This record gives sequence, C-alpha cells and structure tokens, in this order.
Amino acid sequence: MSHAIDSADHHHGPDKGILRWVYTTNHKDIGTMYLILALGSLLIGGTMAFVIRAELFQPGLQLVDPNFFNQMTTMHGLIMVFGAIMPAFVGLANWLVPMMIGAPDMALPRINNWSFWLLPFAFGMLICTLFMDGGAPNFGWTFYAPLSTTYAPPSVTFFIFSVHIMGISSIMGAVNVIVTIFNMRAPGMTFMKMPLFVWTWLITAFLLIAVMPVLAGVVTMMLMDIHFGTSFFNAAGGGDPVMFQHVFWFFGHPEVYIMILPAFGIVSHIISTFSRKPLFGYTSMVWATASIAVLSFIVWAHHMFTVGLPLVGELFFMYSTMLIAVPTGVKVFNWVTTMFRGSISFETPMLFAIAFVVLFTIGGLSGLMLAIAPADFQYHDTYFVVAHFHYVLVPGALFSILAAVYYWLPKWCGRMYNETLGKWHFWMSFIGVNITFFPMHFVGLAGMPRRIPDYALQFADFNAIVSVGAFIFGLSQLIFVYNVWRTTIGGKGEKATDKVWDEPTGLEWDIPSPAPYHTFQEPPVVK
Amino acid sequence: MNTPKYYVPARSHWPIFGAVAVFLTIFSMASIIHQSSQGHVGTLPVVMAVIAGFLMLYMLFGWFGEVVSEGLRGLNSDQLKRSFRFSMGWFIFSEVMFFGAFFGALFYARTFAVPWLGGEGAKGEANMLWEGFVAHWPLLKTPDMNSFPGAMGVIDAWKLPFVNTVLLIVSSLTLTLAHHCLRSKDKKGTLMWLAVTLALGFAFLCVQVYEYGHAIHELNLTLNSGIYGSTFFMLTGFHGAHVTLGGIMIFVMYWRVKNDHFTPDDHFGFEAAAWYWHFVDVVWLMLFTFVYVF
Repeated sequence: MSHAIDSADHHHGPDKGILRWVYTTNHKDIGTMYLILALGSLLIGGTMAFVIRAELFQPGLQLVDPNFFNQMTTMHGLIMVFGAIMPAFVGLANWLVPMMIGAPDMALPRINNWSFWLLPFAFGMLICTLFMDGGAPNFGWTFYAPLSTTYAPPSVTFFIFSVHIMGISSIMGAVNVIVTIFNMRAPGMTFMKMPLFVWTWLITAFLLIAVMPVLAGVVTMMLMDIHFGTSFFNAAGGGDPVMFQHVFWFFGHPEVYIMILPAFGIVSHIISTFSRKPLFGYTSMVWATASIAVLSFIVWAHHMFTVGLPLVGELFFMYSTMLIAVPTGVKVFNWVTTMFRGSISFETPMLFAIAFVVLFTIGGLSGLMLAIAPADFQYHDTYFVVAHFHYVLVPGALFSILAAVYYWLPKWCGRMYNETLGKWHFWMSFIGVNITFFPMHFVGLAGMPRRIPDYALQFADFNAIVSVGAFIFGLSQLIFVYNVWRTTIGGKGEKATDKVWDEPTGLEWDIPSPAPYHTFQEPPVVK
Repeated sequence: MNTPKYYVPARSHWPIFGAVAVFLTIFSMASIIHQSSQGHVGTLPVVMAVIAGFLMLYMLFGWFGEVVSEGLRGLNSDQLKRSFRFSMGWFIFSEVMFFGAFFGALFYARTFAVPWLGGEGAKGEANMLWEGFVAHWPLLKTPDMNSFPGAMGVIDAWKLPFVNTVLLIVSSLTLTLAHHCLRSKDKKGTLMWLAVTLALGFAFLCVQVYEYGHAIHELNLTLNSGIYGSTFFMLTGFHGAHVTLGGIMIFVMYWRVKNDHFTPDDHFGFEAAAWYWHFVDVVWLMLFTFVYVF
C-alpha cells in the first residue's frame, strides 16, 4: 500500500491526538486499547461483585431485590468473561506475539483495529440493558433456556445481539492471531522454537475460531425461539431445553480453556526467567497444551451431570474429563521442576506466577472432584462450583494477566513499576482471594446453593468472611491501577534496561525499552 | 519467504467506520425485533436501519475497493498475499462451525430429544410430559399441536431439492471451468462460465423461494411447526443466505475479470470466492442428505 511504504520510509512514531487511537493499525496501540478496555470491564464487573457480596454479607434480604441480584450475578459473569479476561489476553497477544516472533505487526492490521472497536459498542449495548424496562439479563451468564427464552426480560434481544458483535470481534481477532503466527514468523523461527506464549495463543485462537460460531448459533436459536416461533428449546414442539445446554457447553467448555491456555504460556515465561533456568520440558508443554485443546471438545456434558443424561453419557464425560488432569499435571510438574534448584528471586511477576501454580492447582483439583459424576450430584449448583471456577479464573487467569503486565510493562513503557507497591498488591490480592474463595468450598459442600440472594443461617459466618475477603481483594486492585498509572502516564519509576530482567529469553528482550513504535523494520535473525 | 523489508501498515479510517456500521445495523435490527414483540415498531429504528444499511454498503465498497486498488498497484507482498489466503481459509472454517451448531441441533433432536419424548431410549420417561405422543421423523405431529401445529407433509427430496442439488453441483463445475479459462488467459470463456455460474445460483435461489412458498402455503410447514420446521428453515435459510453472499462475491469477480484485475498466476479474489462457493455447495450436500433424503 502506497501510504504504507511511505510511512515506513518517513515517519516512525505514532500520530498525535485521539485519532491516533481511532485510526491506528499498530499492534501496540491496539493492544493497549484492549488492555484498557479489559481494566475498565474488570472494575465494572468487580463493582457488581461488590453488590453481590454486600447483599450476601448477612442472611436475609437487605440491599437489593432478588431480581436485581440476579442481574448482578449475570452481568458480573458476562462482563468478566467476555469483557475482562478475554480482551486482556487479546491485548497481550497484540502486544507480544509480533514482538516474540519477529514480525513487524499483526498480519491484518486494519481487521485488527476493527476487532477492537466493535467491543466498546457491544459492551455499551450490554450495559445499557441495565436501564431497560424489565432490567438486564437475569438468567445467569450461562443463559440456560427456558430462563433465557420463555421467562427472559425483554432486554434479552439486545443481549443476544451484543453476543453476536462480540463473536464477530473474537473470530476476526483469532483469525488475525493464527495467521500472524503461521505466516509472519521471522526466518528461522520454527514452530518448535516459538515462545510458549505464542504456542498457547495459537491453540487458543484455534479454539476461538472453532467455538465462537457455535455460540453465535445458539444465541440465534434463542432469538428464533423468542421472536419467531421456533421450538429448538421447547419440548412442546419436539425440541429440548437440555439441547440448549449441550450446544452452549460445546462452546462453553473450550471457552474456559480459551481463558486459561494463554495464562499457561505467560506463567511458563515468568517462572523460567525468575528461576534463571530454561523452561523444563518445552516440548511436553506444547503437546500438553494441544492435548488439553483437543480434549476440551469432548468433555462438555460434565457441566450437565444432573440434567438427566443417559448413564453411558455420564460415564463417557466423567472419564474424558478426568483425562484432562494428565496434560494439566504435566504442566504443573514442568513449572515446579523449572523452579527446582533454580536461582529464584521473588519480584512481583514471579510472586503472581507462583501463586498461580499453587492456586490454579487447587482449582484444578476441585475440578477433578466435580468431574466425578456421582459426587457432582451433591456439588452441582452449590458454592463449591463457584469456589472451583473462581479459583481457576481469578488466581488463575487474572493473576497471570497481572503477572504479565508487571513482567512486560517495563518493555512496553520503558520504566520500572514500583516494586514495593507491586508486592503490596500481590500480598493483599493473595490474602484477599483466598479469604474470598476458600470458605466457599465449605459452604458449598454443606449445601449452600449459588445464585440465590439469601441463605440458611448456618452459612452466615462463612459468608461474612467471604464478603470481607472480596472487599479486600477488590480494593487492593486499586493499588495495581495506581502503580500502572504512575509508571506509564505519571512517568515515575527508574528507566528500564533493554533486558529488564536477569537474562530473560525471547526476541522481545533484544529490542530497546520502550519497544519502538514499529518493532522490526527488517526480519531479525533467529538462531 | 523472502521479505527483504517488512511492510508497515498505514493508519486507516475504515475499521472505525466498519465498527459503527456493524453496530448501527445490529442495534437497529435488535430494536425493530424488540419493539415488534412489544407490539409497535417506531420510525426511529427503521430510519436507523436504512442509514446503517447505506453505511455498511459505503464501508464495504470503500474498504474492499482500497484493498483491491492496493493489490492492482502491486503493493501487496507475497507474505501479505499468503495472509489473505490463510485468513479466508480460517474464516470458512468458522462458517463450517456455525453450520455445525445447527446440524448438531438437528441430530440431537432426531436421535435423542424426539425419541425420548416418545418414550423410547434411555430417557423415555420424558413421555409422561405428553402421554400418547409417538416419536417419528420427520416430526409432523408435535407433542403440543396447539402451540406448535405440525406440518401436513414434508417436501419430496427427489423433486425440487434434487433439481437444486443438480443446479449447485453443476454451478461448482462451471465455476471451475471459469477458473481454468482464467488461468489460460481466456477472458471471454471466464466471463461466460462465471455468468453461467451466477445464473445457476440464481436459479437455485428461485427454486428455493418457490419451495418455501409451497411448504408454507400448501404443507403448512413453517418456523412454528415444531422442531422439524425449526431445523428445516434455519438450515436451509442460512444456507440460502450464504448462497446469496457467494453469488454477490461471484458477481464482483465477474466485474473484476471484466476490468482485467486478474492475471493467470495472481487472482486470489477469484479463488476466495470460488472456495466460498464450493463450501456452500458442500453444505448443501449435507443438507440434501440429512434434511431432505433421510
């Protein structure tokens, strides 16, 4: 493109003003916008969690009415999954994948910007449903039919279309990542030399392209059932509400791996750097990631053990689910073995990464308990499930994102974050997250149901503790916001060296800090 | 892969334009559907939909036009051309998965949901919901005939649908002939075979519309006639929409061939449209087999 060639010759910096962000085709600008959107969503979704925990601080109904409580749990889930975790990982992919594989930018820079700018519209529309007649979606983030069809508030139509826009954005973003990785690697960067973050994102992008269209399909069926008289999820016409759950979880289970595989990549980088050892078992990490992705397509009905599956289905999905523990175990083993006899130092990213390994493993093990079909009949829809998936998503996915920001921020902006504040952030988060989610295991095993604004008196003490923990955890994220703000916009903190850390590996550490606006004008040499 | 110097993209106003256009299109559609379910459609969403439609058209013409003109000026590196090919392939894969969701619903309903409602199989106790309901496929007598009055019959696979199968398969062949002509620099032949392909695609759509009319008016087969009508219309309807989109792509290719945009070795736009057309053809074969014949 003529402009393209001109600009490559003449100007290397970003444009000035707001239009830089609106018109940009630069992977770093777009990555930054994704990360800011994710942070905004995290704060909004977190505020909704505050409403939930404030209501649950005591038994009885005190602050909000049950319908609004349901809207809060639904919107909290949707915004955290689709607005915080996923865009944060896409933002990290945008920033890091081109730098790690020695590419000048993403393969399709204009599509890249389009993928981003669809999201603010999608989330704007979703959040506006809060102010509609009948309120926002109140059927849980899994939007099971018939709650989301026959009994849904009128705003469900806008929810459906907002999911469609997010889907378009995700699919285009994933195509971009996958094509970038296949086609834009520097000469010599063979597949088995690719950094693990790139590998995990390659597989994540494949999962996204495979399952986001299924999500689009299932919400389309909902739309047709609600407005156009079809009976996909209505047994009166020969359909089946359980079919909704099958199609949804065929999307939904790969989706939860979409939210954790990039985290595996991030943690592998950080643990290796701060242990001052190469990653143990690189090849097995790649194969484990691929195996987890393949298995994710054949385990979906473990979310549905209690809906009345045939026995053979219960058995199949129970065993296939347990198989996932094998490649996941390989990963945990490799992380621990990388640290074994390493010369470890405990900077903030490493603290988050170690916490990830420990706490994600707790979430994985409670997942194994849930995988046992007969046991799941007891655990299903209790706070035990809430504890399980929050352990893999908060100290799992979210901790890895925080670790990644601390780890790569000096490369992005050229200055070190404040280590003291980082440590405060980590310890407050670590303590807060465990106070919040660990007691949920106990109330769940004792039978406290999820998604209900009231509970039996015997759960009162634990719930009060959980709420206190949630507020500690939530407020301590403000330390992170301040730390990032003072390092980037505030311009404080010492200048980062090009290597930033002690001999980290990867192409991104060979370029200056901050990384130049256009990283590579010519392909780097990969040994 | 020799890329002596990397290509660095310029900024572009099309993405934000595209985001606004997609949002307005979808938001106005949502508003119209939402308001019509409340009983009254205001003028605002309709006006918005019209504006959104024009914006979409402007964006598509502008953006694709820019990509085409960059290609014509020879600005696309080999690497970028490969990126386009890979992207189209993965996009078609995402479309396969979209159809997969609806085929999955069809197979689940036929294999599990309907037999269980009829008292057969592992979860046959579902029959207690509508005692006396008998499972069969195609499902003409739904469990609740008042809410979902079943159809009086189904479309005979070996009449119009078979004609349509022939039309689409032949259109895939004629498209391949056009491709061969393009590769051997036979512009006249390319145009002729592209026109034949377009005509066959158009004929397919006409037959489909006629068949819908027959289904709705004579067989009372509608979206509302239970799971058979739901899966039938959603699958064939989305397929028809994709044929329309593929037809538009081929029409654009006709225009581009006419304006000498392609060379025998460099005609990815044409190939992308052809891939899409063949994909739509394969989906139809699945449809013909599982919706019409069996």
